Amino acid sequence: MNCTIKKFYYGDIPEDNSGSSNQSASNVSANGWPLWEVFIRSKQGLDHKHVGSLHAADATMAIENARDVYTRRQEGVSIWVVESKHITASNPDEAGELYEPAVDKIYRHPTFYQLPDEVGHM
Amino acid sequence: MQVQDLEKIFQDKIDAEIKIEPKDWMPEAYRKTNTRQISQHAHSEVVGMLPEGNWISRAPTLKRKAILIAKVQDEAGHGLYLYSAAETLGSSRDEMIADLLSGKAKYSSIFNYPTLTWADMGAIGWLVDGAAILNQVMLCRTSYGPYARAMVRICKEESFHQRQGFESLLVLSKGTAEQKAMCQDAINRWWWPSLMMFGPKDSESTNSDQSMKWKIKRKTNDELRQQFVDMTAMQVKVLGMTLPDPELKWNEERKHYDFGEINWEEFWNVVKGNGPCNKQRLAARNKAHDDGAWVREAAMAYKAKKEKKRDAA
Ligand SMILES: [Fe+2]
Ligand SMILES: [Fe+2]
Repeated sequence: MNCTIKKFYYGDIPEDNSGSSNQSASNVSANGWPLWEVFIRSKQGLDHKHVGSLHAADATMAIENARDVYTRRQEGVSIWVVESKHITASNPDEAGELYEPAVDKIYRHPTFYQLPDEVGHM
Repeated sequence: MQVQDLEKIFQDKIDAEIKIEPKDWMPEAYRKTNTRQISQHAHSEVVGMLPEGNWISRAPTLKRKAILIAKVQDEAGHGLYLYSAAETLGSSRDEMIADLLSGKAKYSSIFNYPTLTWADMGAIGWLVDGAAILNQVMLCRTSYGPYARAMVRICKEESFHQRQGFESLLVLSKGTAEQKAMCQDAINRWWWPSLMMFGPKDSESTNSDQSMKWKIKRKTNDELRQQFVDMTAMQVKVLGMTLPDPELKWNEERKHYDFGEINWEEFWNVVKGNGPCNKQRLAARNKAHDDGAWVREAAMAYKAKKEKKRDAA
């Protein structure tokens, strides 16, 4: 058989033009449901942690959907949702300059200070 | 910076096992391959609900029914995790779903086989989810961060799928002569399609090298397939059943099971859309999407109404 084969997961489907790769990203789907980011507190005393995202018409629905998708096995006791468009992210291309000021300040770490053993744990 | 420099930085990161995150620079082909792979994976989870959904209303006991519903619901969740991961690469959910519904995008061929008896629920859990797990465990370490994280979440849920399937077959294997026969029949029908889930032979996989270099995948089709055969050849003994392959035999030298040749003609036929249920599956997805249109619209109308009320107050 003479096919050009591409290896794809879960079906390994050999077709060049399958799936979309178009980059016209928009956070709003055609039916208007915006994208939300979901944060979950797994138990009292811990921070909310980003777990993923989903589409929902409004905040109430986003919380209900997050409950159904991300806490089916009691993974959470509290949910935050925020519309993705409200999140501002730092630019990875600028990571160098952004974090550079911290690089040479080793005296901010406890290990910078050599103390005699007699001091004990400090 | 030159593209070659960016490519070098990118590959260095991959070589150093640093994950690629959505806003990082990546080669266009890497973006495309991941988008295609992740969205196909998502489609597979979604279409994968259909063969099992077929038996929810006919599960033999309330317990089995509850388990089956929970499993199918998990698969819906898996679809969502994966669509979300694919969206981080710049494709919209609507585009991806439109591609599935039009038949342009593919999903795993395994779901184009029919579920004829209750024992198929057990065989799918054990063999189909079992094969998927091997792939997915590997993908937990894939180089694209959001995909890897979705896989970790999915893998946590998958082992329940495989165990409930095996246990369900175990019960049948200890049942009446009829139940035993049903169990063996399901294994016979699902065995070869499960082996096909790993895709073409390495010798025919032209694009495998690039995916390995980018660490999108870390094992070849044949490696994973062998792993699966070795695992299931042992497990089937516990069931007191057999796998339908006269050539299946332990090879002391290789320390692996040898097995017979897959019917590749059938494989390509199903991929090309001529499997037993290709049309039925797509029709079911399209119907569900169309029938749900009013719900999507109503949710937006309700949101608008609430906002209006709030603004007025
Ligand atoms: Fe799944
Ligand atoms: Fe599963």
